Amino acid sequence: MPKLARSEIRMNTRSLARTLIIAAAAFASLLPGAALAQVAIKAKTLHTMAGPAITDGVVIIQNGKIAAVGPAASTPIPDGLRILEANVATPGLIDARCTVGVSGLLNQKQDQDQLERSGPIQPELRAIDAYNPLDPLVDHVRSFGVTTINTGHAPGELISGQTALIKLRGTTVDEAVIKPVSAVAATLGPGAQRDSAPGTRAKMVSMLREQLIKARDYQKSLDKAAQPAAADPDGKPATAAEPPARDLRLELLAQVLKGEIPLLISANRAQDIASVLRLKEEFSTLRIVLDSGSEAYLLTAELKAAGVPVFLHPTMIRAFGEMENMSVETASKLRAAGIDVAIQGGFESYVPKARVILFEAAIAAANGLSFDEALATITITPARILGVADRVGSLEVGKDGDVALYSGDPFEYTTLCTGVVIDGVVMSEKPR
Amino acid sequence: MTVHSRLTAARCPVLILSLFAGLASAQEKPVAIVGAHIIPITGPEIAKGVLVVQNGKIVAVGQEGSTAIPADATRVDGAGKFVMPGLVDTHIHIGGVGGGDRSSTLAPEVRVLDSINVMDSGFRRAVAGGLTTVNIMPGSGHLMSGQTIYTKLRQPGGKPPKRIEDLYINDADGKPMWGLKMANGTNMLGDPPFSGTRGKSAAIVRERFIKAQEYKAKVAAANGDAEKLPARDLGMETMVEVLDGKRIVHHHTHRTDDIMTVLRLQKEFDFRVVLHHVSEAWKVADEIAAAKVPVSAIVIDSPGGKLEAANLIIETGGILEKAGVNVAFHTDDWITDCRLFLRSAALAVRAGMGRDAALRALTLAGAEMMDLSGRVGSLEAGKDADFIILSGDPLSVYTKVEQTWVEGAKVFDRSREEDRLFAVGGFGAGRDQEPYMCCVQGTGFVFGGKQWGQWGAAGQ
Repeated sequence: MPKLARSEIRMNTRSLARTLIIAAAAFASLLPGAALAQVAIKAKTLHTMAGPAITDGVVIIQNGKIAAVGPAASTPIPDGLRILEANVATPGLIDARCTVGVSGLLNQKQDQDQLERSGPIQPELRAIDAYNPLDPLVDHVRSFGVTTINTGHAPGELISGQTALIKLRGTTVDEAVIKPVSAVAATLGPGAQRDSAPGTRAKMVSMLREQLIKARDYQKSLDKAAQPAAADPDGKPATAAEPPARDLRLELLAQVLKGEIPLLISANRAQDIASVLRLKEEFSTLRIVLDSGSEAYLLTAELKAAGVPVFLHPTMIRAFGEMENMSVETASKLRAAGIDVAIQGGFESYVPKARVILFEAAIAAANGLSFDEALATITITPARILGVADRVGSLEVGKDGDVALYSGDPFEYTTLCTGVVIDGVVMSEKPR
Repeated sequence: MTVHSRLTAARCPVLILSLFAGLASAQEKPVAIVGAHIIPITGPEIAKGVLVVQNGKIVAVGQEGSTAIPADATRVDGAGKFVMPGLVDTHIHIGGVGGGDRSSTLAPEVRVLDSINVMDSGFRRAVAGGLTTVNIMPGSGHLMSGQTIYTKLRQPGGKPPKRIEDLYINDADGKPMWGLKMANGTNMLGDPPFSGTRGKSAAIVRERFIKAQEYKAKVAAANGDAEKLPARDLGMETMVEVLDGKRIVHHHTHRTDDIMTVLRLQKEFDFRVVLHHVSEAWKVADEIAAAKVPVSAIVIDSPGGKLEAANLIIETGGILEKAGVNVAFHTDDWITDCRLFLRSAALAVRAGMGRDAALRALTLAGAEMMDLSGRVGSLEAGKDADFIILSGDPLSVYTKVEQTWVEGAKVFDRSREEDRLFAVGGFGAGRDQEPYMCCVQGTGFVFGGKQWGQWGAAGQ
C-alpha cells in the first residue's frame, strides 16, 4: 500500500468510509440473517443518548450499521426496509458487568464457570473460553432490551480472570464477541479471602502490588529484548537480549499495568475502596474501574479526584454482609460528584440467577437520577468506560444497529419491551 | 419501683390497662385522610376519598363530600396521594428467624417466635415498604421446619419493638396466631434422618400425619380424663391443630410434581394449605383451581439460581387469576426486598394480571390465607386501621411509600431522617441486620448442608 500524506488521508476519509461500508455490506450479505439487517425504527420518542430526545424520530439501519438518525420529517426511509414502530426507542442496553452466559441459569456445577478456585491470581483465564451464548439467561436479559454485556469472571478471588464484551446474538462466542479482553477482574475485601493466602486485607494488597511489580519487570525484559542490540565495544558480534519465556499471566498484567486493559476491582466497604485508590496512587498508569462499590458514597471526592469510574452494584442487590450499607441513592450521589457511573447486573449466587439492568437502573431513576442519567448508566457511559463508544451505547450514524423498543417509559414497571434489534437483526418482537 | 407502689399498681388494673392502651398509641382522637385516591380493595377505587380512623380501627371510608368527618378529627391532606391497606406478606424471613436445626427433618414443635430479633433492621425496612402484617417463616431446609408467627409491625409507644410479644396477633382465646411451615422439592434433601428422594419425603410426611391422627384419636378417646390422655407431645399437639384446621400449612413448593404431591397429601389428610412460591404453578393452574387451594406466589424478574426456579415466570399471577385461583404474593425477604413489595404486583400486571387482582394479592388475599381477612387486608369500617400513604399510583416505579400506619399509629414516615435511612439504605442501615438462618450460614447460602454460593463473591 503506497504511503499517503496526512492531507490525503484526511481527504480520503469519507470515500474510504464509504468503501468500507460497501465492503462490509458485501461481506454481511454472505452471512445468514444479513437480509434482515435492513430495518427502520420509528419511535414517538427516540432517546439517542447523543443529544436531546427526538420526537417522532427514525433510525435507519443498513447492513447492520446505523445509516441515519433524525426526525421523521427529515429522515426519509428508503424503500424495501422493514419498519418497526414503538412509542419509545433507546440504544440497545449495555450491562457493564455481569456473568450472564458464564454462570448459567441452573446454578449447577456444570454451568458455573465464573470463578476458578484453584488459585488467587489467574488473570490469564479468558472469558471467551467460558461464555455460552446459548444459556437461557442470554435470551432472558435480551428480551428486556439488553444487547451488549461485559461478562466473564466474577468477584471472589484476588484476580479471578478476564471479562469480554459480547453482543447477545450468535451461536458461538466468535460471532458474539466485540472485545475479547475488556477488563481483568480483581477483588478486595472478604470475597477474596482464602484459607491459604490471601487471608487478610493487608495480604491481598501486598500480593496485588507484588504481581504488578513483577509485571513491570517482565515488561522491561520484553522492551529490552525488542531494542536493537548495542555494538560490543570489543568488536564482538552484537547479541540482542533474550526475551523472557512467555508467561500468560504476566503478559496480561503488563497490559493492565500500561492501562491497555482496565483493572476492574470489586470493593464494597469504604476501607477497601480506599485501598483501591492507594493502588491507583502507586501505579498511576493503571486504568482502574471500581466494581460494586456499595459504600462509594462515602468517598465521592476521592474517587472523583482519582478519576476512577464506578460500575455500581445492582440497585436491588441484597443489603447484607459487606453490602449492608448499600443505598439506592448511590448512583445519584456519585453522579452529583461528577463521577462516571454505570449500573451493572452483577453476579448472583442464588435465586434469581441474573439481574436485568433495565430494572436496576429504573430504581436509580426513581431515587435521584434523572431519566437521561439513568439511561446513560446502561448505555453510553459503560460504552465509554469500556472503550467501545465508537460502536455501541448511542444511536449515531456509523454505529452498530442496536436498538431497544418500548411501549412507554422504559423504566416503568408496567411498560413492555416491544422489540430488540442487534446489528440490524430483529432479535425479538414479543412484548415482554 | 417500691414494694408499696407495686402493690398499689396491682390494685389498679384498670389504670394499668388504660396506660397500655395509650402506649399502643391507638389514638383516641380521630384522624381523617382527606382528598386522597383511595384503594379499598373490597370496592372500586375512589378518586377523591376520605379515610377516618380512631382507636386503632377504621371508622369510615368513602367519597369526599359524602363521608362524615368528625369535627374533632385531625385532618391529613391527602391530595395527590394514594391510600391503600397496609400490605400483607404471607412469607417473610426478617429478624434472623430460625426454625428446625437439622436434628430432624420434622420440627413441628419448634416455634420461630423463640428465635426472632425484633431489633433487626429488617423490621424497619418492612414498614418502609408498606408492610403491616407479616407471616414470619422458618426456612425450607426441613419437610416441617416449624411454627411460623403472624405479626403486626407495631411500634409500641412510637418506638421500634423490643420483644416479639409486642407484635403478636392474638386469636379469640388471646393466643398468638401462626401456621406450620412445610416444604418439599430439593431444599431439604440430605442424608438420613433427612429424605434423599421425593418419594421418601412424601412417605415421612404421611407417616407423621398418620401418627397425628392416632394421637388425636387417643385424646378424643380420653374424653378429658387425665389418666387416659397420651403423654404430652409438643409436635403432636401442633399436628392435631393442623388436622383440626386451626392452623394453616404454609407449604414451600416449586415444581409441578411437587405441587401435585402437596395436593395429594392435602386430599389424604384434609389439612388447610397455602401453596408458596410455586415457580411452575402456571403449568398446573387448572389442577390447583380444581383443588380449591390458594396460592402465595413469589414474583421475581428473572428465573434460575436453582433447578426448581428455572421455569419461574412473571406471568404466573395472571395465569392463576384466569384459572380462578385465589392468589396472594409474598416477598420471601431476603429473596426479594420487602421495601419493593409493591413492585411484585406491578410486574404481575406487566405480565397480564388484572390491576384489582394484583393489588388484592398484596393485601386481602394474603389476609385470607392467614385467617385474618376479618381484621386486615382492606379499608372497611370496623377493620384495623392499617394503611399506607403513597406518593402516587402503587404500580409506578416512581411511587414512594410516604407513611405506614398500624392500628391507627404511624410506624413509618419517610420525611423522618431515621425512617428514611431504612427506606433508601446508607451507612448504618444494615445495623443488627441478619440474614435468616434457614439457608444462610456464615458467608453462603446453605441448603441441605450444601453450600450454594459465597456471599463474599455474591456480595457483588
